[in-house]
Amino acid sequence: MNLQSVKTIYLAEMARSLRTVLQSIVSPVVSTSLYFVVFGAAIGSRISEVDGVSYGAFIVPGLIMLMLLTQSVSTASFGIFFPRFSGSIYEILSAPISYLEIVLGFVGAAATKSLILGLIVLGTARLFVPFTIQYPLVMLLFLVLTALTFSLLGFIIGIWADGFEKLQLVPLLVVTPLTFLGGTFYSIDMLPPFWQTVTLLNPVVYLVSGFRWSFYGSGDVSIWASVFMIVAFLGVSLAVVNWIFKTGYRLKP
Amino acid sequence: MTLSFNHLPEARAETAASQGQTTATGSPMIRVAQLDKVFEGGFQALKNVSLEIQRGEIFALLGPNGAGKTTLISVICGLVRASSGSVSVDGHDNVTDYRKARAMIGLVPQELTNEAFTTVWDTVSFSRGLFGKPRDPAHIESVLRALTLWEKRNNRLLELSGGMKRRVLIAKALAHEPKVLFLDEPTAGVDVELRREMWEVVRQLRDQGVTIILTTHYIEEAEEMADRIGVILRGELVLVEEKAALMRQLGRKELTLHLDQPLNDVPAALAGHDLALMEDGHALVYTYDVTQQEEGTGIAGLLADLEATGIRVKDLHTRQSSLEEIFVSLVRERA
Repeated sequence: MNLQSVKTIYLAEMARSLRTVLQSIVSPVVSTSLYFVVFGAAIGSRISEVDGVSYGAFIVPGLIMLMLLTQSVSTASFGIFFPRFSGSIYEILSAPISYLEIVLGFVGAAATKSLILGLIVLGTARLFVPFTIQYPLVMLLFLVLTALTFSLLGFIIGIWADGFEKLQLVPLLVVTPLTFLGGTFYSIDMLPPFWQTVTLLNPVVYLVSGFRWSFYGSGDVSIWASVFMIVAFLGVSLAVVNWIFKTGYRLKP
Repeated sequence: MTLSFNHLPEARAETAASQGQTTATGSPMIRVAQLDKVFEGGFQALKNVSLEIQRGEIFALLGPNGAGKTTLISVICGLVRASSGSVSVDGHDNVTDYRKARAMIGLVPQELTNEAFTTVWDTVSFSRGLFGKPRDPAHIESVLRALTLWEKRNNRLLELSGGMKRRVLIAKALAHEPKVLFLDEPTAGVDVELRREMWEVVRQLRDQGVTIILTTHYIEEAEEMADRIGVILRGELVLVEEKAALMRQLGRKELTLHLDQPLNDVPAALAGHDLALMEDGHALVYTYDVTQQEEGTGIAGLLADLEATGIRVKDLHTRQSSLEEIFVSLVRERA
């Protein structure tokens, strides 16, 4: 393992986030605060408890998950897309490093950034609503696994995209809708039976539910289904990344 | 302007060892064997290319646009996968033993590819770390100074001129102290002064034992720099030759004789020589091979025949064809 190279890519990516610290940290915090003002205070005050917790507290795990998913995907996709776009990827591809080391550097940095953001959003949320975390280790595990998995997804998008439009396509048209429809702001019990069944096809439901379970001890689906889903997601993402490097897809003709 | 990789004792020892090995074993630094590259659309960019590049030489790869120069470099550097054939760098296969093979190579690409928002210092340091080398500010400083980038070390790349950006790419390639340096069109779009500076840097690197492979459109560059020249046409390596030998073998020389009195035709007595009447009969142009001249069969005979026919010459000059003309005639021949 060429740790020096991994560290170099990792630190360069982290430095890029620091250069854009305003967009990286301030804007997620501001948008989360807005969600709390609108959903937690304005609308939430008219909604009684959901699954035994106040609505404001109920949406905390979903909001963190929303931020985690979108930030992981956008950071990782931009991280690898930009050197492809500028052409400087030649240096990474001609360096004495393995594919695994390239992925570790880029995905590790993206996951770290979204993990930090997730914790910042958690802290911001605490300023608005009181809540407790019943299983903090499980919460951290979900946080890490989700950040990692969706950073891998972002990495795949960054390699697949051949323009800035495509780079935005998946986060905007897939990740955000699936997160909004994944029980971020509601329990799926609140839906009619037919839509409850349809919602179960949405993989994000399992992530939000599992994450919420770590906070309040209850979720829309069983915790094991959530764990299985996130691990399966991780497995599929790893398999796709492996295929990309094996075939040289969009990287090595 | 000096460039030194030898500020560390182990680097000096390594360079000496590598130079010693050159004379001891004579094994090539790069060996390309029967390389083919067919792109997905079916375009064959390289056809059965075999090439050996010796340690410490400057090898120039010439060829028209789209001939396969960049593809060949890209395959050697691991940016493009070969369809068949093999490449080894200092005996290390570039697929099965890619870490060792790539660690020896520095690549300066043709395009000005830079991360616009990073500083010169950061991007050059990044290159060193990427190749697995520990931090060494002294080396980075010597590279930046040699390329007159030291004053710009804190500038972001987007603030630099095209020539400066080109130097940054060279600095990045040198950051990890490569044994082999690939320069793909290194002086494209670079002014004359900077070009000469770059040539100087390249020579210094060669003097320190770095093997250099450059592709260029500027034949002047190959003529000025190269020890050996390879010509690639439509994916085939059609010629590899020592520059001096190539000039000698393929170089044509012209002798122009300015006549005292104009002629209407080439006299019959001189028909045995390859002569053309120019400048409205005021000049006779004699074209001959350098090799022929060396054997003494050309000019001496012509001058004797001129003497015999009584044609008086008031001035004469000779001109040897440049590498560019050699290259153009070679391309035409093979077209």
